[in-house]
Amino acid sequence: MAQETTTEKKTNPIVKFLRIPEKYPEEAAYFWGMQCGGCEAKFLGARLACGKCGETDKLSEVKFGDEGEIYVFSVVHQTVPGLEAPYVGAIIDLDDGVSIRANVYGLDPEKPDTNWFGKRVKMFTEVTAQDREGNDVVAAKFKVQE
Amino acid sequence: MRDVAVVGVHMLKFGRYPDKDVVQLASETTIAALKDAGCSIKDIELVASGNLYQSNAMIGQRLMKEIGATGIPVINVANACATGSTAFREAYYSVASGAYDTALAVGSEQMGKMGLLGAGGGGDRAYSTEGIMGTGLMPGVFGQAGVEHMRKYGTTQEQIAKIAVKNHEHGVLNPNAQYRKETPLEDVLNARVIAWPNTLYMCCPTGDGASAAVLMSAEKAKKYTTKPVWVAASILTSDPYQERNPTMFDINTVTRNAAKQAYETAAIGPEDLDMVELHDCFATAELLHYENLGLCGDGEAGKLIDDKETYNGGKIPVNVSGGLLSKGHPLGATGVANITEIVWHLREEAGDRQVKGAKTGLAHVIGLGSACTINVLKR
Repeated sequence: MAQETTTEKKTNPIVKFLRIPEKYPEEAAYFWGMQCGGCEAKFLGARLACGKCGETDKLSEVKFGDEGEIYVFSVVHQTVPGLEAPYVGAIIDLDDGVSIRANVYGLDPEKPDTNWFGKRVKMFTEVTAQDREGNDVVAAKFKVQE
Repeated sequence: MRDVAVVGVHMLKFGRYPDKDVVQLASETTIAALKDAGCSIKDIELVASGNLYQSNAMIGQRLMKEIGATGIPVINVANACATGSTAFREAYYSVASGAYDTALAVGSEQMGKMGLLGAGGGGDRAYSTEGIMGTGLMPGVFGQAGVEHMRKYGTTQEQIAKIAVKNHEHGVLNPNAQYRKETPLEDVLNARVIAWPNTLYMCCPTGDGASAAVLMSAEKAKKYTTKPVWVAASILTSDPYQERNPTMFDINTVTRNAAKQAYETAAIGPEDLDMVELHDCFATAELLHYENLGLCGDGEAGKLIDDKETYNGGKIPVNVSGGLLSKGHPLGATGVANITEIVWHLREEAGDRQVKGAKTGLAHVIGLGSACTINVLKR
């Protein structure tokens, strides 16, 4: 008798510091990291020690918000084959005090402008690929708030 | 620490050498540097071989087998773009410490036509963040670094483009440069954008090349040359904690820290420099390093290039070799090549591009991740 095996398809984050809740997408994905109880520095993702003061014992997990602003950007024209280009590749300062590398949407990549500095942005997530095992891979991107 | 002199130097013209392997490139330049020093491989007591992309391939020992395997200590060095200059520093300290009297530093790289620098291979492509969650490739990273200067000081793309104009003009006079063609400002601004604000001519090329330097203690150097070039400082720093680093690499603090140590050790200020060969992997990088090295005050880099002060003949000639933009950037070779360039000028052997009366030069390299080397050389 043939036995049917079902492999449960998983949803994995593209980076370890993005957490996908069980009930995603009804429950939103979010950035997480650690904060040092000694010097209060914040870091994305898991840490063995504080990269600022070297403390190993006082780290605790924190959840980061989904809003911030554009600190700086570049507009990338030459990229991995198959990806859309040009795109706005920015450094986003989250309101919570960590920075993220991200694509930003809602801006015209053909017209880079210094008025982009400080623009408010909000994070959204979407499935960007399937990995070799057929699981969904989810990435975080940002959209300009008008 | 005792005084150390550079007694022999050489670099291959940077470019494409598809029919040679990297050990051959390293061998050719080493044989030439030894000849320039007037000594043989048998006089060398330590070799520091810098190579990045084949850092696990024992290039140093293969070099020895090629040109004379004497069984001396050989260190293979990797430090991103600061690979060659870190190898130089290893050679320097081995002699300065008194442990060795002569040492060789050689940097080599064969990049072929590598394309996107920083792209990793292997692993499940689905998890690569490049272009999905921002960029970690060099053009975008250095684009952002330049944009930060625009944010702080209102610098324009045009000002940054002028740096590419200067370096390509300088490269025309350098027989060792990969590209020897002027690029007028309009051509630079209209060239295709790689990562804004850097257009094609504002990015250094990939290529192949090698460069070598022979270092000796003062006592020994005097037997080999009447024109010793002294290493007044050989500094290496890594990037200290900074809030956005490494999400956004900080190339500024690591350079400023190295510059401070270099000036103190060499007992000079930036105003005492006759020439600088700095790390212009992208035109935006050179802009920032004008301020990081104290060649001008914070916020004044745009004015420095507007006023043409960093041209050969200006107040502080920067990258008269053509810099990485025009001379090329085979990663492992660069850190030794920019020292070689300065040595030639200090010996008054730099031909048409000679910086008149050059007595003190500074060589600077940044290896992203990050390392900064600064070597100050004096006649």
